[in-house]
Amino acid sequence: MAASPDFSHFVKTDAEGRSRIDLAIDGITCAACLGDIETAMKRLPGVVNARLNLTSHRLAVTFDAARIQAGGLTGALEAIGYRAYPYEQRKVEADEAARFYLLLKCLGVAVFAAMNIMLLSISVWSGEGASMPPETRDFFHFLSALIALPAAAYAGQPFYFSAWNSLRQGRVNMDVPITIGVSLALALSVYETWRHAPQAYFDSAVMLLAFLLAGRVMDQAMRRKTRAAAGNLAALKGENALRFTPGDRETEENLVLTPVAALAEDDRVLVRAGERIPADGVIESGASSVDESAITGETLGKPVRLGDNVYAGSINGDGALKLRVTAAGNAALIDEAARLIDAASAARSGYVRLADRASQLYAPVVHLAALATGLTWYFFLGAGVHDALVVGISVLIITCPCALALAVPAVQAMASGAFFRAGLFLNDATGLEKIGEVDTVVFDKTGTLTLPEPRVANAGDIPPDLLDLAARLAHSSSHPLARAVVRSAGAAPALPDARETPGMGVAAPFGDGEAWLGSAAFCEIESPGAHADASAIFVRHGARWARLLIRQTLRPDATRVLDHLRESGLNIAILSGDRPEAVAPIARALSVESWSGGLKPAEKIAFIDERVAEGAKILMVGDGLNDAPALAAAYASLSPIDAVHLTQTQADAVFLGDRLAPVAAAIAIARRARALMRQNLFFAAGYNVVAVPFAMSGHATPLFAALAMSASSIVVTVNALRLRGPGKAVTHLLGEPKSSGNEPARKASSPKPVAAPSA
Amino acid sequence: MNVLIFLIPVALALGLLGLYGLFWSLKSGQYEDLEGAAYRILQDDDIDRK
Repeated sequence: MAASPDFSHFVKTDAEGRSRIDLAIDGITCAACLGDIETAMKRLPGVVNARLNLTSHRLAVTFDAARIQAGGLTGALEAIGYRAYPYEQRKVEADEAARFYLLLKCLGVAVFAAMNIMLLSISVWSGEGASMPPETRDFFHFLSALIALPAAAYAGQPFYFSAWNSLRQGRVNMDVPITIGVSLALALSVYETWRHAPQAYFDSAVMLLAFLLAGRVMDQAMRRKTRAAAGNLAALKGENALRFTPGDRETEENLVLTPVAALAEDDRVLVRAGERIPADGVIESGASSVDESAITGETLGKPVRLGDNVYAGSINGDGALKLRVTAAGNAALIDEAARLIDAASAARSGYVRLADRASQLYAPVVHLAALATGLTWYFFLGAGVHDALVVGISVLIITCPCALALAVPAVQAMASGAFFRAGLFLNDATGLEKIGEVDTVVFDKTGTLTLPEPRVANAGDIPPDLLDLAARLAHSSSHPLARAVVRSAGAAPALPDARETPGMGVAAPFGDGEAWLGSAAFCEIESPGAHADASAIFVRHGARWARLLIRQTLRPDATRVLDHLRESGLNIAILSGDRPEAVAPIARALSVESWSGGLKPAEKIAFIDERVAEGAKILMVGDGLNDAPALAAAYASLSPIDAVHLTQTQADAVFLGDRLAPVAAAIAIARRARALMRQNLFFAAGYNVVAVPFAMSGHATPLFAALAMSASSIVVTVNALRLRGPGKAVTHLLGEPKSSGNEPARKASSPKPVAAPSA
Repeated sequence: MNVLIFLIPVALALGLLGLYGLFWSLKSGQYEDLEGAAYRILQDDDIDRK
């Protein structure tokens, strides 16, 4: 095999002719790594500069392409114990960063303006009555206008644009009343300043913007962090393919290890026994059986031969295949899934976010109240046009949706933080609200309830020394069954002098004799008969031997998590694409009564629709391509990080690791977040009920407005902070070892090879 | 009250200075890596080179 993959696809050349590559790094545990990595990089000949970002775990290296290859960089990192893989910044992530910086700038401007205007306003308020001459007061108001108008024009952009977009689509979101409130407050204040009136509301308008922006910056910062971690995980999967150099003769010498991202249509790739198929393709030569459990949920291998389609993510069996890469999307299976997803998500898009629902209720009520107040003062209380207008607008300013607009984002920022610590990544903010509402959880079997890769199922019945011996032998083979043995056993060094007979087994001298691992015939054992739903592999040393049954095993905490979910009052069902005979024992082990097997994607949707008709709100948890339509159809959805790409994009959140506990954590956190959001909204409504009468009776002075607004915002934000905790409580309940701080990314992505803890 | 003629511009100028600082730090990438910067100051590699 080539020493290191050909990363030229990821290398960019800058203006001065130097090459630059961005690497995602795995294994950074502490600050000392920073020095280690940068020093190691700079020692390499040809490296100009290396800078590690300790927040996002990415390394930017500038180097001279003539003196060192990109593969040499990752090789050097691996030598000091860090896994690295080139990272391509996706557009979403760049957009998130740009939005974060815009919000931060707006916040800076708003805070600057609020501070300076407050300086002037407080002088006005304290000098009211006696000590301050009217000229000085007018001058202060004029200065405030000078600061407030440009500041509000700049810092309010995120709200104005969002309000405009939502109005154009014929909807009202929270930004509409914010925009109206700010504009009217400013307009009224300018008018009052011009008339030399004693009261102006510049400080209220700008402070409102500052509070709201602080909430959004918090939310965006969390979202950006999550995005970066998810991007690293995707990069560190680091799948490579053996590609025949295009245009050359297709011989073994022309094989180059190439990152999957660099594969193009019509490339020829070689997939050896036991390897994951890197891209969708058509078989050009060879025959094998492929395990498509990641795609269809079916755990039995499917025989394939010349001309058959195979899909990215399936595992090749024991024959080598040569593929011609086809563009993703022309595969019938994927088209079918995409069509079902479109139909299902169109039906689902009716969901209206909690905050928008609140504002749809709030905006008309408040605006009508303001109008009614103005009219009442004008017609019944004998006020002039001007006074009636002032009272009407002051109602709007007092009810300015500060607490209401902060109520949801503040909780959201806390909740995505809690998700992150529990090993979950939120794809979509509405997912948080929806997961909190579900009453039924539907699981897929293969890869969701079970671990995505098969393991030794009867490890407990095998003498430990034989199991250990099997693992040491298995290290010398890339056969899928041998891989499964390695995964199930603890770390053990490979046996020296092992010889592999392809498709049969591995043998090596051990102790005072010979040791074998492989088929019954290879080990010269009389086979005790085939086992129903597991592949068998034998290990033999001298006269002693054992049969290892290899099949999909349950995630280590599946039973406990399902028990916990049942105790929390959720209904549970299993829908699998696998044969009913394979689903039954799993359902029995987890004591789930409602299950069905052998389902096609459309049948899964039918099952979900049936439950929805009965009024259920379903959380679908699945990983296969066949689950993607069901994920889109369900009320809310989760998928494990090993899921196929299409499925992950349909899920509201993605969870990491071998355990199922994040599913329980997600529901617990989301339920709590939902409760807090509702509390906050009720508080904001209650605040308005108390404050509005003051404004209606014409007592809303600027001082009163400023105090009420800051107090309500602070209460709402502090209430959101109470979210800390429930995620931890659940993981504790489920006996998960203490989560390693804020780095779930590292925890989940590292233990691919030997060190996988035997669960 | 004449002192206001100095005080108000001074207050505004100080505020603007802070605001400029924020924009500058955003532009020069000071917010890119908040964790790394805290440890980078402890590194001695610049001493060896001299």
